[in-house]
Amino acid sequence: MNCTKCKTKAVISLPRHNAAFCKGCFNGFVHDQVARAIKSEWMFGKEERILVAVSGGKDSLALWDILLKLGYRADALYVNLGIGTYSEQSHAKVTKFAEVVAASHGATLHLHTVEQEAGAGIKELAQLIHRPTCSTCGTIKRYQFNRVAIEQQYDVMATGHNLDDEAARLLGNVLHWQEEYLEKQGPSLPASVEGFAKKVKPLYRLSERELAAYAVLNRIDYIVEECPMAKGSKMLQYKEVLNRLETESPGTKQTFYWGFLEKQSKKQPTATTMTEKDRAVLHPCTSCSQPTTAEVCSYCKMMVRAKTVVPR
Amino acid sequence: MQVQLSHPARTVEVKGPKKVKELLRELNLVVEAHLVIKGDDLVTEDEMLYDVDQIEIRPVISGG
Repeated sequence: MNCTKCKTKAVISLPRHNAAFCKGCFNGFVHDQVARAIKSEWMFGKEERILVAVSGGKDSLALWDILLKLGYRADALYVNLGIGTYSEQSHAKVTKFAEVVAASHGATLHLHTVEQEAGAGIKELAQLIHRPTCSTCGTIKRYQFNRVAIEQQYDVMATGHNLDDEAARLLGNVLHWQEEYLEKQGPSLPASVEGFAKKVKPLYRLSERELAAYAVLNRIDYIVEECPMAKGSKMLQYKEVLNRLETESPGTKQTFYWGFLEKQSKKQPTATTMTEKDRAVLHPCTSCSQPTTAEVCSYCKMMVRAKTVVPR
Repeated sequence: MQVQLSHPARTVEVKGPKKVKELLRELNLVVEAHLVIKGDDLVTEDEMLYDVDQIEIRPVISGG
């Protein structure tokens, strides 16, 4: 199989684009897709400071790599969740990337360690406060990324969510008719209230397979192991189903998610926008000042409970 | 050929020669969810693989 553009030997075929690429042309394709996402969704400009949420996985490290190569001012934050050897390995991968690649672009890595603040790793913490591990993890990561973005005055926070993540999430929301979540499934969410950073997903035009290929081709050393806490998760099941459909009918995932985005953009503006709704229900947490619908935010409540039950 | 798989990590022996897409089909793996790496190089579905080749089939799905 030869490269569709330059006719040399291809290293990857992309059935959904009816194309195949060599390494050089594939890198060009990936960079172009990210640049298109940034421009079409008004994500950020060259002067703005970006905080990338990195986990040590292929998507977030590829995102950091791509943004730096495209000339953006992108630093990163890694949250060490304290999941035994999995966290040790992912932490090592992120540190190595920061030292070997990001530092040469003048980029910085920030670090937050859950165990230092909560007194226990995520798994033990979830058990102690009787909450599912993945929901505890989500609360902590969202809180810490927003906190660092606001405290360090970043203009925008970028996550490595890809086409597969968004299509799987959309499938889950549609299957359960969780219409209230659909409004927030776009790739660019504004900083709706004081204390919330703008959030963007520059990889939404690229599939999980394309990002893994980008990481392999560019020798990005990422953690291949799956998070042990995610085993059997609904998201993984939705992704599996969508990939079976994609293999039989290339383009299914992009038609599903991009089609949804197109429909959303054509919708008549409702009486109240997302920003107006947020402003109506959110106010500063009395403990930490981050926006919340309650008096004390769920993160602060979690830390209070953790500090009560975890022996220090 | 030696084929390295993940989740869980294991190695299986598969008789060559055969194309990448035939190898994936034989192992009941979906193309869209995997990359095939020969030595250090990524290869496309029509690439012919031989008994001497060291192959890694890497899953690409992640996230909870």
